[in-house]
Amino acid sequence: MAGHMNITLKVWRQKNANTKGKLVSYDAKDVSPDMSFLEMIDEVNEVLIKKGEEAIAFDHDCREGICGMCSMVIDGRPHGPKEGITTCQLHMRSFKDGDTITIEPWRAKGFPVVKDLVVDRSAFDRIIQAGGYISVNTGVTIDANAIAISKQDSDKAFDAATCIGCGACVAACKNASAMLFLSAKVSQLSLLPQGHPERKSRVENMLQQMEDEGFGNCSNTGACSVECPKEISQEHIARLNREFIAAKASSENV
Amino acid sequence: MNWFISAVSSSVGKKIMMALTGLFLCSFLVVHLIGNLQLLNLDLGLSFNTYANFMSHNPVIQTISKGNFIIIIAHALIALFLTRQNAAARPIGYQVNKGSKNSTWSSRNMGLLGTILLVFIAVHLYHFWWAVHYGGSIPSREYLTDHGDLSSYTDLYQAVWFAFSNPYIVAFYVFSMIAMGYHLYHGFASAFQSLGLNHVKYNFFIRAVGFLFYFVIPALYAYIPLKIYFLTCSSSCSH
Amino acid sequence: MKLDSKIPEGPIGEKWTKHKFKLKLVNPANRRKYDIIVVGTGLAGSSAAASLGEMGYNVKAFCFQDSPRRAHSIAAQGGINSAKNYRNDGDSVYRLFYDTVKGGDYRAREANVHRLAEVSVNIIDQCVAQGVPFAREYGGLLDNRSFGGAQVARTFYARGQTGQQLLLGAYSALERQVNEGTVKQYTRHEMLDVVTVDGVARGIVTRDLVTGEIESHSAHAVLLCTGGYGNVFYLSTNAQGCNVTAAWRAHKKGALFGNPCFTQIHPTCIPVSGDHQSKLTLMSESLRNDGRVWVPAKVGDKRLASEIPESERDYFLERKYPSFGNLVPRDVASRNAKEMCDLGKGVGASGLAVYLDFADSIKRLGEDAVRAKYGNLFDMYAQITGENPYKTPMRIYPAVHYTMGGLWVDYNLSTTVKGLYALGEANFSDHGANRLGASALMQGLADGYFVIPSTLSDYLAEIGPKAIDATHPAFAEAVKAVKDRTNKFLAINGTKTANEYHKELGKIMWEYCGMARNEAGLKKAQKMIQELRADFWKNLKVTGEAGELNTTLERAGRVADFLELGELMVVDALNRNESCGGHFREEYQTDENEAQRDDDNYAYVAAWEYKGDNQPEELHKEALVFENVKLTQRSYK
Repeated sequence: MAGHMNITLKVWRQKNANTKGKLVSYDAKDVSPDMSFLEMIDEVNEVLIKKGEEAIAFDHDCREGICGMCSMVIDGRPHGPKEGITTCQLHMRSFKDGDTITIEPWRAKGFPVVKDLVVDRSAFDRIIQAGGYISVNTGVTIDANAIAISKQDSDKAFDAATCIGCGACVAACKNASAMLFLSAKVSQLSLLPQGHPERKSRVENMLQQMEDEGFGNCSNTGACSVECPKEISQEHIARLNREFIAAKASSENV
Repeated sequence: MNWFISAVSSSVGKKIMMALTGLFLCSFLVVHLIGNLQLLNLDLGLSFNTYANFMSHNPVIQTISKGNFIIIIAHALIALFLTRQNAAARPIGYQVNKGSKNSTWSSRNMGLLGTILLVFIAVHLYHFWWAVHYGGSIPSREYLTDHGDLSSYTDLYQAVWFAFSNPYIVAFYVFSMIAMGYHLYHGFASAFQSLGLNHVKYNFFIRAVGFLFYFVIPALYAYIPLKIYFLTCSSSCSH
Repeated sequence: MKLDSKIPEGPIGEKWTKHKFKLKLVNPANRRKYDIIVVGTGLAGSSAAASLGEMGYNVKAFCFQDSPRRAHSIAAQGGINSAKNYRNDGDSVYRLFYDTVKGGDYRAREANVHRLAEVSVNIIDQCVAQGVPFAREYGGLLDNRSFGGAQVARTFYARGQTGQQLLLGAYSALERQVNEGTVKQYTRHEMLDVVTVDGVARGIVTRDLVTGEIESHSAHAVLLCTGGYGNVFYLSTNAQGCNVTAAWRAHKKGALFGNPCFTQIHPTCIPVSGDHQSKLTLMSESLRNDGRVWVPAKVGDKRLASEIPESERDYFLERKYPSFGNLVPRDVASRNAKEMCDLGKGVGASGLAVYLDFADSIKRLGEDAVRAKYGNLFDMYAQITGENPYKTPMRIYPAVHYTMGGLWVDYNLSTTVKGLYALGEANFSDHGANRLGASALMQGLADGYFVIPSTLSDYLAEIGPKAIDATHPAFAEAVKAVKDRTNKFLAINGTKTANEYHKELGKIMWEYCGMARNEAGLKKAQKMIQELRADFWKNLKVTGEAGELNTTLERAGRVADFLELGELMVVDALNRNESCGGHFREEYQTDENEAQRDDDNYAYVAAWEYKGDNQPEELHKEALVFENVKLTQRSYK
C-alpha cells in the first residue's frame, strides 16, 4: 500500500518499579497510515520477540476509547497530539514519514511505574473507595421513575460520569493533581438527588484520599480538561470546590 | 478548631487561601493605583504628597497596610508550600513536555512570575517606603492649604520623579508590571475558579473584570514611570 | 452424566418466586464464615461481588485489568432492556420473555428467560438508585428508545455509553464493599485454574501479572464472570484481553460447555484495513435506520462510489427484504453482506465491505440533522478510516461481537462442577442462538444482582460454613500444574509468536466457522486447528521471564486455550445439522436462503464434556421444552 512510513520511536524502558529506566530507540518500519498507534507498537513488539528481546509492556484493552486502560505520553502529551481521544484511537496518519516519537509513561508519585509504559493506577480505585458511590444495597424497591431529575442536571451529571479513569488529567497536570478525576465523580453524584445524603462526607473523604495518595494540588491551568479524552470541563472542579466549602462549613465532622 | 485547620490546610483549602489573599491584593492594586496616578498631576506634588501623608498617618490605613504585608507574605508562603508539594507529586519529570499545547504560559509559570513580583515589592519598598519611614533622606515640602495654613509633607513626589529619571529603574518597573499582568492573566480568573465561581452566566464578567486587572491596571502602573521618565528626559534635554 | 437443569415446577410466571421461597438461606451472622471467589469484574462479576459483600459474605474479586472498572462490559453502546412499560406501548414481562425466546431462534431455556424478564424491572430501579445517569426527558423521567427484534420501546440508555455507566454503577457498589472490608480486590491477577477436591470447586489458581507469582486461593464457592470468547476469531469487537482461559480451565476440570458454536456476528463494523489490524470497531446498529446498504451491481466494479450511477447499484437488502429493508435482524444482514462479497461485489481495497450510504438521508434531512443524530459515530468512523462519511459512503462489514455459547449452567447458574458457578456472557446464557440488542447488559446484571445472591445461598447453606482446607494437596497440585505449563511456554523457544498463531486460528475460524458453515469446511477446519495446535506447542516463541510482568507470556496462555476451544466450536457446529440464529449451515436453508431449523432433532442444548487432551469430547443433550412459546419460522420478507 502506498504511503508507508518509517518512524523512529524513543520508548521508556524500565524493568520494574525498583530499577531505573531510560529511553531506548526502536525503528518502526513500513508503518501504514491506517494503523492505530497501538497496532504500530504491536508490530514493533513482534519484531522484538522474534529477535528474542522482551516486548515493550504497555496497558491497553478495549482499543475503542472507553476502557481507560491505555496510557502513553506521546511527544510530551498524554494520549498524543490529538484532542478528545485516547491513545488507542490515535492513528498513524497523524504522523509523517521520518518522525521521531518519544513515548513515556504517566508520570506521578501517585502512579508509580510498574514496567516500561505500565503504571499502577490503583490510587484511583482507593479514591473511589473513599466515597465515590451512593450507599444503596442491592434490592432497591423505589421505582426508577419515583424521582424526577431535571434533564439539565442529569445531562451535566452524565458529562461528569463520562470519565474513564485513564489518568491523563494527572499526567497532563504540571502538579500531577488528580482534581479533575476526583471532581468528575463528586460532581456527578452531587448533581443527582440520590447522591445528596452523602454529599458532605463524600467530598471530604475523597479529597483527603487524593492528598494521601501523593497527588499534587490543582492550580487551575486547565491542562487536564484539554488532554482529557472525554473533555470533562473545569466546571466540575469548581463544583467540587463549592461542595468542599459547603461541606467544611456545615458538616458536623469537627 | 480541628475542622478549620484541616479545611484550610487541605488541597482545596490552600488554593482558596491563595484565591482570597490574591483577590485582596487585587483590591489593594486599585487603591494604590488611584494614589499613584496623582503623580501625573503637575502640581509640584500637592495631591500626591497629601495622599501619601494621609496613607502613612491614618491609623485605619496603617492597620490595613500591616495586614497587607501579612497577606503578601501569606500568599507567597502558601505558594511556596504548594509548589514544593506539587514538585514532590512528580518526582520524575517528562523528557519531552508540550505543556504549551494544553495550558497558557502564565498558568504554568505562576511561581516564577510571583517571585519576580516579590523581588519587585522588596525593591519598591526599599525605594520609597523604607526611605520615607526610616531613611530620613527625603526632604519635606511646604504647601499653602485652602485655609491659608502651611502644611509640611515629606516630598515623596520629588523622590519618585527623581527615581524615575533613571532608565534602569523605569525598565525594572515596566518589566515587573508586565510580570504582574501575566500573573493576573491567570491568577484573577483562577481565584474565582478556586472559590467555585464558574458559571456560564457570570464567566463573562469574570473575564471582563479580569481584563481590567491583567491589562488595564498593569498598563497604567507601567505608564506612570514611563511618562515621568519621558517628561524629565525632555525637560533635561531641553536645557 | 445426566444433565439436570433444575427448572422449578409450576406456571412460567410463578417459577422464580416459588423457587426463591424454597431455596435455603444463610443466617446473617454465619455469612462472614463463607469465602466466595468472583473471577471477572464486568457487569456480572462486579454486581455479584458487591451484592454478596453487602449480604455479609467474604468475597475475593479478581480481574486481569488494572482496575475492575475496565472490564469490557464498558464498551456496550446501545442500552439495556427492561419490561417497565413506561411508554404504555403494550410491553410486559411476558412480552420481553417472548421476544427474547423468539429472537434467540428458540434455542433458549424458557424458565431462565422468563426470570430474566422479571428481574429486568428491578435492574433499572437499582441502577437509578446508584446514580447511573440514564437519559431523561424534559419532564425529568427516564427516556426509552426502541431496538431490533422488538415492537416496543423498552431500551434504557445513557447516550452511547450505557455499558460504561452501568459498569461504573456496579463498580462503585463494589468499591464501597472494598471500603467496608467485605470484598478484597485482586487486580492484575489472571485465573489459570480451578481447584477441585473430590469433584467440588474449592478454589482457584491465579498468576499475579505484576510479579508473576502463582498463588492459590480457597473458597466455599467460585463464580466465573469472565465474559465471552469472541476473540477466538482474533478479530472481533472484544477487548484485547478478553479470553476463554477461566471458562476453558473450568471446562477441563469437569464443567460442561454449552452450545460453543453460537456466535453473534454484528453487521455494522468498520472493515479490516490491513494485516496489522488488532481489533474491529462496532458502529451502532442505529445507523441502519437512515443508511442504505448497497454494492455495485456488476461483479468486480472497482469504480469509486460516486462514479457508479444509481442504475448500476444493488440495494440488496431492500431488494430481497422489501418489508424490513435495511432493518433486517443482525444475522440476516451479516449473511447477506458476506454473500455479496463472496460474489465479488465487495467494495474497498480488500473487497470485503459493502457501502452504508447516507446520501439520501442527507438530501432528505440535511447534513446538520444527520450530524445531530450520528455525529459521534461519523467522527469515530472518520478517525479510524481517514474518510469523510458525509461525502463518501461508509464501508462496513460484519464482525464477531458476542458469544451466546458458554459454560452450561442449571437454573441456579451452577455449572456441572459443584460449587462452580458461571454468570453473564460466560455461561451458555439466556439468548439461545441469537442475542437481541440491549439484552447482554440485562443478563449480566440480572445474574449478578438478583439471581446469584439467592441461588448461591442455597448451596452455601447446604455445605455449611466449615473452613475450606487450603492445605489439601489438590491446591499444591494445581499450582504445580500451572507453573509447569508456564515454564513450558518459555521453554519451547521456537520461531513464531503467539500473536501469529492467534491470527492464523482466527482466519480458520472466520473462514469455516463464521457467518456461514458447511460440513466440508468444518471438517477441514478441525484438521487445520489440530495441526496448528501441534505446531504451537513445538514452535512457539515467548520472551521474558515467568517472574515478572510479561504480556507475551499472558498472550501465549490465552492463545493455547483458544486453540482448544476453536476445535470444540467446529465440532459443535458440525454436530448441529440445522441452521438457527447465528449458526448458519449452508446445507440447511429454506428455498429463500433463510435459516432452517430442525426442531424435531435439534431443539436441545449441546453440552460438551471434556475427556482428556486430544480426545473427542462427549456430547450431552438438554432437551428444550417449550410450554409457552410457539415455535415458528422467522420471516422478514
